[in-house]
Amino acid sequence: MAKPIQYQFEEHHLRRSEPNKYKPEDLKTEEMVVNIGPQHPSTHGVLRLEVVTDGEIIVEVVPHLGYLHRCFEKHAENLPYNQSIPFVDRMDYLASMNSEHAFAMGVEQMLGISDKIPPRIEYIRVLVAELNRLASHFVAIGTYAMDIGAYTPFLWLMRDREHIIRLLEWTCGARMLYNYIWIGGLYYDLPIGFEERCAEFVQYLRPKLLELENLVIHNKIFVERTAKVGVLPLDTAINYGVSGPMLRGSGLKFDLRRVDGYSIYPELDFDIPVGDGSMGSLGDCWDRNYVRVKECYESLSMVEQCLARLQSDYPRTRDFDPRAVVPKKIRPRRQDFYSRAETPRGELGFFFRTDGKSDIPLRCKARSSCFVNLSVISEIARGSMIADLIAILGSVDIVLGEVDR
Amino acid sequence: MKGLLDQEFGKGGVIVTKVDDMVNWARLSSLWPMGFGLACCAIEMMSTYASGYDLDRFGVFPRPSPRQSDVMIVSGTVTFKMADRVRRLYEQMSEPRYVISMGSCSNCGGPYWQHGYHVVKGVDRIIPVDVYVPGCPPRPEALIGGVLKLQEKIRKETLMAPTALEKLMDKKKKKEKSIPESNQV
Amino acid sequence: MKQENIQQLLTEKLGEGVILRTDAGASPPILEVPPQRIAEVCQLLHEHEQTYFDYLSCLTALDNGPDTNTMEVIYHLYSIPYNYQIGLKATLKREKEGKILPQIPTISHIWQSANWHEREAFDLLGIVFVGHPDLRRILLPADWEGHPLRKDYEEQAYYHGVKVEY
Repeated sequence: MAKPIQYQFEEHHLRRSEPNKYKPEDLKTEEMVVNIGPQHPSTHGVLRLEVVTDGEIIVEVVPHLGYLHRCFEKHAENLPYNQSIPFVDRMDYLASMNSEHAFAMGVEQMLGISDKIPPRIEYIRVLVAELNRLASHFVAIGTYAMDIGAYTPFLWLMRDREHIIRLLEWTCGARMLYNYIWIGGLYYDLPIGFEERCAEFVQYLRPKLLELENLVIHNKIFVERTAKVGVLPLDTAINYGVSGPMLRGSGLKFDLRRVDGYSIYPELDFDIPVGDGSMGSLGDCWDRNYVRVKECYESLSMVEQCLARLQSDYPRTRDFDPRAVVPKKIRPRRQDFYSRAETPRGELGFFFRTDGKSDIPLRCKARSSCFVNLSVISEIARGSMIADLIAILGSVDIVLGEVDR
Repeated sequence: MKGLLDQEFGKGGVIVTKVDDMVNWARLSSLWPMGFGLACCAIEMMSTYASGYDLDRFGVFPRPSPRQSDVMIVSGTVTFKMADRVRRLYEQMSEPRYVISMGSCSNCGGPYWQHGYHVVKGVDRIIPVDVYVPGCPPRPEALIGGVLKLQEKIRKETLMAPTALEKLMDKKKKKEKSIPESNQV
Repeated sequence: MKQENIQQLLTEKLGEGVILRTDAGASPPILEVPPQRIAEVCQLLHEHEQTYFDYLSCLTALDNGPDTNTMEVIYHLYSIPYNYQIGLKATLKREKEGKILPQIPTISHIWQSANWHEREAFDLLGIVFVGHPDLRRILLPADWEGHPLRKDYEEQAYYHGVKVEY
């Protein structure tokens, strides 16, 4: 027969037998400076955040930039416009086609040849730009999920991104830094069979996007980590000059593809997803990621429309030369010109000052979306915890090449 | 069809080999790089770690901290502001440590060689490099080739003349002969 | 609101000398404003209900070279409700020796995006923005010598012992 247990648990036993020396009122907290250094595992690149914390709560975040300052503006002041295109690529290296599109569009408008560009070229430009937007959002969402702690979406999205990159490599020869959209045209025409392969890819990707939404965006853990975190009110966003999915996540339906209507975007039919605060507050991290996922759907539909138009209205002909309108000497007249376009991260603007005499600009300033978007982090991270800071930083979706230029 | 190692084990569970070979085999089969992505090459490095061009089958798995890693893949442009930190991270790695310079920016300054005032023209001005992988950015296959080349280099090492000690001895000899330091090139 | 209306509004509210020159060939059109009055002009354009420029797209600083010896700061404003872009320009003189840096009032109290743009202009060109809360170098290291985007910039030979040139 088992012996009866003699122990009786009572609440006060533990406290009475070994009481604490310190009461919570005796402790004092001090602020400390934590350095989230230029090398850290969350793969945004070389950004240093100097964080003043009171325990785990953040009092102040000071970003330190410049660890990837590669002197784009100095190169642009010494090289002709067409030779600056590879440097434009390398600024925002995840969305090179979009950056090149902004630059080439600006220079073509300065030269006055933007209406001479054949529509087939414009459609191809928008096609590759939207494919690149998909690839860029995949990296953004994949690395963000990895920062939150989920490793699977990263692998799935990199696999899908490989498909896109192989399509783009088939077009222009490079996997990542394309140098494809030239001033006045393209480097090469699309290869034969590209439209069919791309249509297959679109059919393949649709269910994957749904899978991604269910796995990541509507996942309870993801929602609890990102909802109500890093709330960016709309007036702060506009005052800080924020653009792109960050601004749309705060509720403003503002997309330069619709507002400016450059290239052939007015002929395409697409929605502009906006954050609506459905999981918490309006303008939190969840909203921004939701906007990015919804934009993936829209980009996919734009790719389909471009393919349809390319096959029906502007089919390839034997004598089509993508470099027909490329000028031999790019010499715009003397002017100050500011052109802007919508990259996956926001408004990428180029300011040119030309002197009408040479094919090298006097000044070319790149107004980068990530630089301005990053400045808002010291405002929205105050009062959150360090783990939330990583979530907020990931939702800003920075690419250090563009921040530091 | 069993592998060579498994065949050896089948003959009684004893393998006879040189200590050098065994230590080198252990080191090259599990090279753990520090996750040190600077710029565009970092994205290609991430693609190489991911499932398309899996580097995990070579035993390569990124570690977040320099203390826990064997190899530092410098992927991307090294700027002067970053140079001090690269040096510090290199010194924090414990020996045996290797450096793969990935991409043309860290090999020689890359496309920024001419007007890049803030770009270090080659990371070998700051830390000693073992393998250079050319490309802008190098394809994942090229990076895998670089890792394989590093593995070949490790295969030739010997415990009788460890690399770290050799470098120290070299430095000592150079100081005695009073040849100017090579990092002032 | 069209370009001429904006000019009229500025001259009405702030007096005659506020607009020195206009450049209609620029896109968007640029109004030149004396540097000391830039903050007032920006405040008016930000608050007036018919202009309401609530978005500062870009703040560019440029150097015209040691011959003309001027520097310019160009502001691009955008009004989201009215979908209108405008540019403002301020020309600064710079000293021959480069020891005293040109100064201009800050507009970072009106648009917070100007905060980092002005720090970048200070870093790369050496223009001091009077009244800026935190004017220090942002892209280059704090002990870098010189302001690189100036036309007469010469690279330093060594930085922390490493050779700068190829």
